[in-house]
Amino acid sequence: MFEQVLFYAFSGLVLFAAVMVITVKNPVHAALCLVLAFFSSSGLWLLLEAEFLAITLVLVYVGAVMVLFLFVVMMLDINIAELREGFASYVPVAVLVAVVMLALLSTIVGHVNFGVDSIQGVVPHASDYSNTKALGMSMYTDFIWPFEIASVILLVAIVAAITLTLRKSRQTKSANPSNQVAVESSDRVRLVKVPSEPQE
Amino acid sequence: MPESILTITIIVIKILAIMLPLMAAVAYTTLIERKVIGYMQLRVGPNRVGPKGLLQPIADALKLMCKEFIIPTGSSRFLFLLAPVLALGPALAAWAVIPFGSEMVLADINAGLLYVLALTSLGVYGIIIAGWASNSKYAFLGAMRSAAQIVSYEIAMGFSLVGVLVAAGSLNLGDIIEAQRGSLGILNWFWLPLLPLFFIYFISGVAETNRAPFDVSEGESEIVAGFHVEYAGMAFALFFLAEYANMILISALTAVLFMGGWLSPFSWVPDGIHWFFAKTGLFLFLFLWFRATFPRYRYDQIMRLGWKIFLPITIVWVMVVAAMVVWKIPPWFSS
Repeated sequence: MFEQVLFYAFSGLVLFAAVMVITVKNPVHAALCLVLAFFSSSGLWLLLEAEFLAITLVLVYVGAVMVLFLFVVMMLDINIAELREGFASYVPVAVLVAVVMLALLSTIVGHVNFGVDSIQGVVPHASDYSNTKALGMSMYTDFIWPFEIASVILLVAIVAAITLTLRKSRQTKSANPSNQVAVESSDRVRLVKVPSEPQE
Repeated sequence: MPESILTITIIVIKILAIMLPLMAAVAYTTLIERKVIGYMQLRVGPNRVGPKGLLQPIADALKLMCKEFIIPTGSSRFLFLLAPVLALGPALAAWAVIPFGSEMVLADINAGLLYVLALTSLGVYGIIIAGWASNSKYAFLGAMRSAAQIVSYEIAMGFSLVGVLVAAGSLNLGDIIEAQRGSLGILNWFWLPLLPLFFIYFISGVAETNRAPFDVSEGESEIVAGFHVEYAGMAFALFFLAEYANMILISALTAVLFMGGWLSPFSWVPDGIHWFFAKTGLFLFLFLWFRATFPRYRYDQIMRLGWKIFLPITIVWVMVVAAMVVWKIPPWFSS
């Protein structure tokens, strides 16, 4: 009973936030709605007894990814009127893309795979069951290759992104810390002994 | 139904039993801070309100409650009001999993350490939303600085927690404390085998709470008061509460993760909740000591410290800890 109330509350919040993400005008508000959507879906995952995934969703997406998103979106100077220009001419293409995506999604998220009959409810585990441990065991034994390959791909992406941004230009000013630390007073200050004028 | 009402009542009483002393502790931390820094600078500190100035926090709270609340023109009203709540909420919610004694914990959950890490990473939202919703350039600059700083230090913090996790073999905070129990007392705690991680965790904690010397998001001399420059009255007080509640939280977490929580430092002295409070108080004092001692870090130096020094050290030491666990190095990992 209580779980059902929670489920409908969180599901409603996810749907509401997701609709708000694509309808609100202000991009910062949209990003914050996305945060709410992530947060409520982590609540749904908690109801599925997947506490590791739920908390990691909050930790990674809400705590880090969306902060960087907001960081960028807040700095951008987005002109809404400019974005709205030529909306009418794009409508046919947009409708086509939407229909194709809807058709593709419905083949997967239809009643065949996600119907009430095809999904069993969550089997409650004993209180000493650790979702984190179970996930770690299957990830590092059964699925070690996909896991390693995915992490190598991510590593390549990180290296590529860093290489793209590491450009020396005349505009960037950076201090070399080892030079700063190595500075001695004799490099900066020269003490000159000036004899005083003899008194007349 | 009556049983569930009873359960809920017990939980609410437990929450109050944590929250009310915490609020009192936050109020008196402000007084202790002013007193400690005062004596460090050869001043007396506040000594007029009540005996020895002991009623000063109450006077401050009354003053803040009576102040006019101003919402700046051109600000985003809803977000402006939401930001202080978002700052304080995670700082209080994280206390749910802190074990005060061997059975004294509100929510004894399996993934306690992850929960704490996730909640401390949420505190940044209050700051960046406040900075953006204020529609003020100083507030915005403070928010941007804070966002970048917190995201950077969170990674070093997360890796030092990975070290604790490897050493204890559990995400449950109570189990982490039990894993530090041993015949040698203080030498059995994780601060010794995880010494670099211990230092890095606490320094990252200082950076996460935006305290001196990492308080560039406030930076009085550069950007007035940073993200909360437009706030007045109770909303400002909420940011203040959040900052101090976070300080106490980081101190308590350092005590739990590296200093054995409620374990006693000597094997012949009994354990107890007083040890937890003593250790938390010690780390809280370090926060104040840092503020009285160190000048503010330059921004690029903060970033360098986080990314180029702390992060590599933590990664290397996590491997060292893993090796120590695998080869069962006594006295910490012999069992």
